Amino acid sequence: MSDLVKNIFRLFIFIVVQVYVLDKLPPLHRFVIPILYYLFILWLPFTLNRLSLLLIGFVTGLTLDYFTQTPGLHAAACVLIAYVRPFIISILIPKDTTEFNYREPSPRAMGWAPYSVYVFILTVLHHTYLTLLEWLQFGTFLDFIIKVFSTTGISLLLIFTVELLFPRKVRFRTNTA
Amino acid sequence: MAFVLLQVFSLYMLFKYNRLHHAAFLGVANEITGRMNTQVDKLDDYFHQGEENHRLHHMNDSLLNLLKSNFSIPDSSQKIVVDSAMIDSVKQFRKYIWREAKVVYNTVTSEKNYLQLNRGSKYGIQDNMAVLNSDGAVVGQVVNVSPNFSEVMSLLHVQSSVSAALKKTGDAGKLEWDGKDPRFVQLKGISKSVEVKVGDTVVTSQYSYNFPPDKLIGRVAAITSDPATGFYLLKIKTAVNFNTIQQVFVVENLQREEQLQLEKDTEKKVEQQKKGK
Repeated sequence: MSDLVKNIFRLFIFIVVQVYVLDKLPPLHRFVIPILYYLFILWLPFTLNRLSLLLIGFVTGLTLDYFTQTPGLHAAACVLIAYVRPFIISILIPKDTTEFNYREPSPRAMGWAPYSVYVFILTVLHHTYLTLLEWLQFGTFLDFIIKVFSTTGISLLLIFTVELLFPRKVRFRTNTA
Repeated sequence: MAFVLLQVFSLYMLFKYNRLHHAAFLGVANEITGRMNTQVDKLDDYFHQGEENHRLHHMNDSLLNLLKSNFSIPDSSQKIVVDSAMIDSVKQFRKYIWREAKVVYNTVTSEKNYLQLNRGSKYGIQDNMAVLNSDGAVVGQVVNVSPNFSEVMSLLHVQSSVSAALKKTGDAGKLEWDGKDPRFVQLKGISKSVEVKVGDTVVTSQYSYNFPPDKLIGRVAAITSDPATGFYLLKIKTAVNFNTIQQVFVVENLQREEQLQLEKDTEKKVEQQKKGK
């Protein structure tokens, strides 16, 4: 499967799971809202340039927004993490080795520790920004802080579960492929 | 640069939507999400059929009880009555039209919950129409329509505000939601001089342009008083279980335009009289 087809398929799955499963779950608590769809952006290939990353982020967020009737909310948060993503990657892994060996970020491509840091930073950014935008319109400051922590916690839990349950086959990039 | 542009664009969309409930491409997007939601909802229906069937049966039961054949009519044909009234006081006119619709998407987890219905402007649905569930209890009101689908702001939306009254005394207040528990909404603006008890019924008030009067909203679950204003702050358990809404009615007030026009004209008239003095 080519990267393009694979990623379109992936986007579809993530949006469907987010809209029809995670958003419909009876909430544990009003602060604990499982958000997983942005893992799609975290999984995009290394080779994408910045502009296409931003555009893909925007489209991803907006697709979800049209389902949840919050046009612009998730789009803004996704554009932010799509923008920050290359910086984090370039800090966490030396450019000359991994980027040539693997196609996309994964625990096996980056190693568990750097990958966890990568996921953690982007998750915190995404949730902080998302909750901030919601909080600007409604709620108290304490709500905001608690919500950021709790949604980050549940999202990280979900992401690591997904990583363990569905280990992606990471191919070496070779000249023949 | 592209980052800033996309950010500004998304924020613009967000804040515009929060004020007016309109956003770029929302019509087209509504049609697409509507189609998908309809398919998923078909599947979801199987899990709620028993409960919905029970509710329907119950509703039929209450309607059948209202049938004329259940009542014997006193024989008045032997009496000669001269009708002196010049106006036919028995003639009725219709104020509300009910249309049935199906909920295709619905959440309760957000602070701004919307429902999507499978009826749109093609079926005569318009903004601001009332939405009631199959028991006739209040669900919310329509905020946006596309040709085949419509978006409903549920009572569980922090911007929702519905005129509600206590059934016992008729005192009206404002029904809002604090965004916390999807089982409870808050009724504000009931004066402390009114006697309220836990379990009192709350219905839609006579003063709403959108909602038909005397439709069930819920029951008082807890009574607290707001020290700042001297009003009660009533916690209302909603009659609707927002988790399982399937069939709803969309109710149109046929006199809404006239009522609004009258209000506007009155304001204008008063304004002019003030200037004239």
